[in-house]
Amino acid sequence: MMKLVQIAIRNLARYGRRTLLTASLIAIGVIAVIVFGAGAGAFKGLIVGQMTDAMLGHLQIHRRGYVASMDNLPLTLTMRPPRVEAIEKTLRADPEVEAYSRRLKFSGMFSNYTQTTAIRLNGVYPEEELRTVPLLASRIRQGTAKLAPGEIIIPELLSTGMGVKIGDLIVVVATNRDGSVNAAQLTVSGVLESATGPGGRDGYVHMEDATSLLRMEEPEISEIAVRLKHFDKLESAAENIRRSLGVTGPSGPAGAARQAGAPGQPATSGQPGGPGQASPLEVHTWEALSPFHNVAVLIDVLVLSATLGLIAIVLISVMNVMLMSVYERVKEIGTIAAMGTMPGKILSMFVIEGLSLGMLGILIGNAIAAAVILLIDAIGPTFDFGRQTGLVMSPELDPGRMLAISAVVAIVAVLGTIQPAFKASRMEPVEALRHG
Amino acid sequence: MNLIVAENLTKTYTADSVSVEAIKSLSLRIDRASFVSFVGPSGSGKTTLLNLIGALDRPTSGRLTVADTDVGMLDRRGAAAFRGRTVGFVFQEFNLLPVLTAYENVEYPLLLVQHVAAAERRRRVLSLLEAVGVADQRDKYPAKLSGGQKQRIAVARALVTEPQLVLADEPTANLDHANASLVISTMRRLRDTLGTTFVFSTHDARVMAEAEIVFRLEDGQLVERQAHGAAA
Repeated sequence: MMKLVQIAIRNLARYGRRTLLTASLIAIGVIAVIVFGAGAGAFKGLIVGQMTDAMLGHLQIHRRGYVASMDNLPLTLTMRPPRVEAIEKTLRADPEVEAYSRRLKFSGMFSNYTQTTAIRLNGVYPEEELRTVPLLASRIRQGTAKLAPGEIIIPELLSTGMGVKIGDLIVVVATNRDGSVNAAQLTVSGVLESATGPGGRDGYVHMEDATSLLRMEEPEISEIAVRLKHFDKLESAAENIRRSLGVTGPSGPAGAARQAGAPGQPATSGQPGGPGQASPLEVHTWEALSPFHNVAVLIDVLVLSATLGLIAIVLISVMNVMLMSVYERVKEIGTIAAMGTMPGKILSMFVIEGLSLGMLGILIGNAIAAAVILLIDAIGPTFDFGRQTGLVMSPELDPGRMLAISAVVAIVAVLGTIQPAFKASRMEPVEALRHG
Repeated sequence: MNLIVAENLTKTYTADSVSVEAIKSLSLRIDRASFVSFVGPSGSGKTTLLNLIGALDRPTSGRLTVADTDVGMLDRRGAAAFRGRTVGFVFQEFNLLPVLTAYENVEYPLLLVQHVAAAERRRRVLSLLEAVGVADQRDKYPAKLSGGQKQRIAVARALVTEPQLVLADEPTANLDHANASLVISTMRRLRDTLGTTFVFSTHDARVMAEAEIVFRLEDGQLVERQAHGAAA
């Protein structure tokens, strides 16, 4: 085996310029895929982190049907205290749950006494909220994230648009579930930086103020945002919570639509967990709640396309070089066949040569890609995404991913060699010896 | 005792519906440990006959037995195994592998065909390089060797597996007279030492004179058998 590898390497060295050109082509493909994949992964991770750690949480629990009408922030689909307590008990018992935050979401009017505009409000318990979405504090541009009763954190959009500053008194007007209107005077204690999407108009008030404003006798909850200990176990953790809460059926948008009671679906309710009975709750991961998930999928598709491009480059270049190699060495093939070399060994000689060529490209590609990623990390370029500015791009060296790409390239290099190698192994020695 | 027996051997090539009989009902017998030459003009069938004997090609009809093996019945793998076990080849253009040194070229069939152990490989390769007089060139690549040196290395490679038969197609055609004589005398000496049968084709009258038996071929037919010396 070592001799076959040695012969392969010497044959590659024999056509040094051609080998170097082909290896360079493979290396460029490897660099493109690794660097693009790392960059795209970093971008995705950053934006997903912003979404989940500053707004959404990793997953959310709602009353069935809430997500389907989420844009209206319906107060008719809140969860009452007994239900909320049962959910809390489940979450506290789940080892994967790090924190959760109860939210009462509603829409209202925001007035600085001279101007009035619409606002989306989250009634929260500040400690719970900050434990669940820790990056929320980093979004506070002015003031503090420590929200006390009688205070409000407003989005930057309203602060700049209406000239409202920290310490100003404002009025929030909201309509409760029964249609009666109520108002509360609050002090602006913080200004939140802008965010992309509907969350860009979100303000925060204390749960006490929210229940009082909506004239609720006891706090009702629109959603419970959950933070997990391990984000990479999102799906399994969500599934565990669903199981514990007796939520059946798929997650995600399709599941959300079904769980919301899509037209034509039988209306089921009752106690959770019973066979054939739908739970009154729904559990969604961030993916089903954020439009960025589609961007994330698009990024994955782009990375996959780049990988397919790499496969095509490797396949065509290795096959081309190995075909040329076979045609140039017909007489040598005849000679070794005449000496009694078995067809399988002739085939393996060329396969090893193609694999060695692929490995050379892989080594060069991985080395340069790693250097490029480290360089990007050292420079730390920033970029803007929607209303978020100054996001720092920091791609990570992922040995597992590099290994996977290298394995794909190696396999494709072997596949690219099989046809020429098979051709070599099937040559009639007498004809090969007559060649050239 | 016969090593090679050919009976009514025929080889026909067909291309574009045109058939050419390269060997026509040829019969011959060659004893073990003999030193035999096929002679004749170009196109007389010398190389075709060597290819058939060496199981590089298959006869169209007739029977050809080499070392008790009916070579016409061998499939691709069987023919390769037969060649690796029984036959050594020496080619007109040496056909050394350019990426291997002289030593490695001779070692090749032991390592990649017969899978002989390292110590035994080394013993046999060095012994043969010594025997053909190129031991001092063993680390050189073929591109750095003269024609005579290359052909002697090719002879060593053909003999290293200790085959019963060595087939040499015009082994001196690309050599000057001195080197040609050296190669032929080397082959003959090794035949005397090892008892290997040597069969070669040639145009060279001086080389023909070294053969113990000369088969003359014309138009694919055996027209004359001459025996020299003890074989007469």
